[in-house]
Amino acid sequence: MELPQRVHVRTTINGQAQEFLVPPYMSLLDTIREIAGLTGTKEGCLDGNCGACTVSIDGRIVDSCLVLGAEVDGKSITTVEGLATAKGLHPLQQAFLEEAALQCGICTPGFLVAAKGLLDNEPDPSEERIRHWLAGNLCRCTGYDKIVRAVQKAATASH
Amino acid sequence: MHPFAYIAPKTVEEAVAVLNKHGDRARPIAGGTDLLVQARGGRFDLDAVVDIKKIPELESIKNGASGLEFGAAVPCYQLYENKKLAAEYPGIMDAASLIGGIQIQSRAGLGGNLCNATPSGDGIGPLIVHYGTAVIAGPGGRRELAVEKFCTGPGRNALKKGELLVSLKFPKPSATFGAAYERFIPRNEMDIAVAGVAVSVELSADKKTIKKARVALASVAPTPVLAEAAGAALIGKSADDEAAINAAGAAAAKAAKPITDMRGTIEQRKHLVEVLTKRMIRKAVERARS
Ligand SMILES: Cc1cc2nc3c(=O)[nH]c(=O)nc-3n(C[C@H](O)[C@H](O)[C@H](O)COP(=O)(O)OP(=O)(O)OC[C@H]3O[C@@H](n4cnc5c(N)ncnc54)[C@H](O)[C@@H]3O)c2cc1C
Ligand code: FES
Ligand code: FES
Repeated sequence: MELPQRVHVRTTINGQAQEFLVPPYMSLLDTIREIAGLTGTKEGCLDGNCGACTVSIDGRIVDSCLVLGAEVDGKSITTVEGLATAKGLHPLQQAFLEEAALQCGICTPGFLVAAKGLLDNEPDPSEERIRHWLAGNLCRCTGYDKIVRAVQKAATASH
Repeated sequence: MHPFAYIAPKTVEEAVAVLNKHGDRARPIAGGTDLLVQARGGRFDLDAVVDIKKIPELESIKNGASGLEFGAAVPCYQLYENKKLAAEYPGIMDAASLIGGIQIQSRAGLGGNLCNATPSGDGIGPLIVHYGTAVIAGPGGRRELAVEKFCTGPGRNALKKGELLVSLKFPKPSATFGAAYERFIPRNEMDIAVAGVAVSVELSADKKTIKKARVALASVAPTPVLAEAAGAALIGKSADDEAAINAAGAAAAKAAKPITDMRGTIEQRKHLVEVLTKRMIRKAVERARS
């Protein structure tokens, strides 16, 4: 069978312009990992439930397993690799370390990108708001309390 | 996922032409939160996925004096973050803010929820109690269909070959209108409804009597149900008449035709419908009065 034509995509990933040809049926998750070579974004469930694959598109968090790479032409994407700067870790990353908000770490990139999506718009969220916002991210190890504390700490730290 | 082509038309006419050409072998993608899960699961054999988000009409929201119309690809967050819309159309706001989590709401919309036509779709009952109309484009032109007639079976809808849902439109609610939707799930978030109930009421000018009412049910039949007898039980009654509210609850439970599955039994679902109907009537009345 003849494979459908690849799609030409121009996008910005973590502030850098990128241009590639992507198979039309490839997820954004695979596009980021396999074509852009950024493997920080993780695959968990592949059906929108776990949030390990969370990235942000034009400032909105999405599950990249439920987006096609072909759909992001003209959009701007942030992955976990885009959080730290030359000056050091992002306040959220620092707080996750200090609060021991990770064990195996597979969920961590998704939590970080999701939490950034919250703090970028709401610098001082309540605990309830943080728990509600992060309901689309699953963690099998930490029991969530440490993650919530880390997000609260990062919120305070960035004031 | 098996190989399919990606087509992103810029107009409704182009989209209809592509869908008509491919028939069952092409499907629109709005938020993709159902479509990509299903495509990956092998439910369809697709030659093409048609991205409808590049069509301006499918991405627009018009909220004016005569009513509301939003495109079939508008994602949930754009509905509930729109303060005016959320206040005027409270049932729609309830639905949009409860589907999935934040990541899902960035992509999923009520157009996709309706077209997907699962009995448990949380968006469909609220569209029905807001007297929603589906605007459909096809090879023969446009037609309109009341939302309660749109779903024809689990996962099946009234769209014919080549047809596309363009938008959903709603009459402007009066100043004494209120609506609400809630579902029962065993968790706090991110689950599929065991049962769900949407209610709307329109009160008299003094806000004492119910003039119009609608009750719609989710997850208790092969399609969402407009429980007409439940709405009728409220008409002309005082909005605080407990006997009338009880009668509407009983009528809704009677209209529910649920099955027993891993999420719940027939008895539990009927009981939930009764409790939720009464609760949603009180909430809709409270909202109508505020
Ligand atoms: C983790 C997770 C949680 C979820 N939680 C909920 C929940 O709480 N409640 C709930 O009801 N649902 C839930 N869903 C299901 C899904 O998110 C919703 O049904 C959503 O509203 C679908 O919208 P969409 O825009 O993503 O649709 P899509 O996946 O893009 O489309 C759905 C279907 O409709 C067709 N379609 C889309 N647009 C059109 C159109 N304009 N014309 C004709 N056909 C069209 C598509 O081809 C596809 O078959 C959840 C899904 C996931 C993955
Ligand atoms: S891998 Fe995407 S949500 Fe789990
Ligand atoms: S740290 Fe292991 S899943 Fe979260």
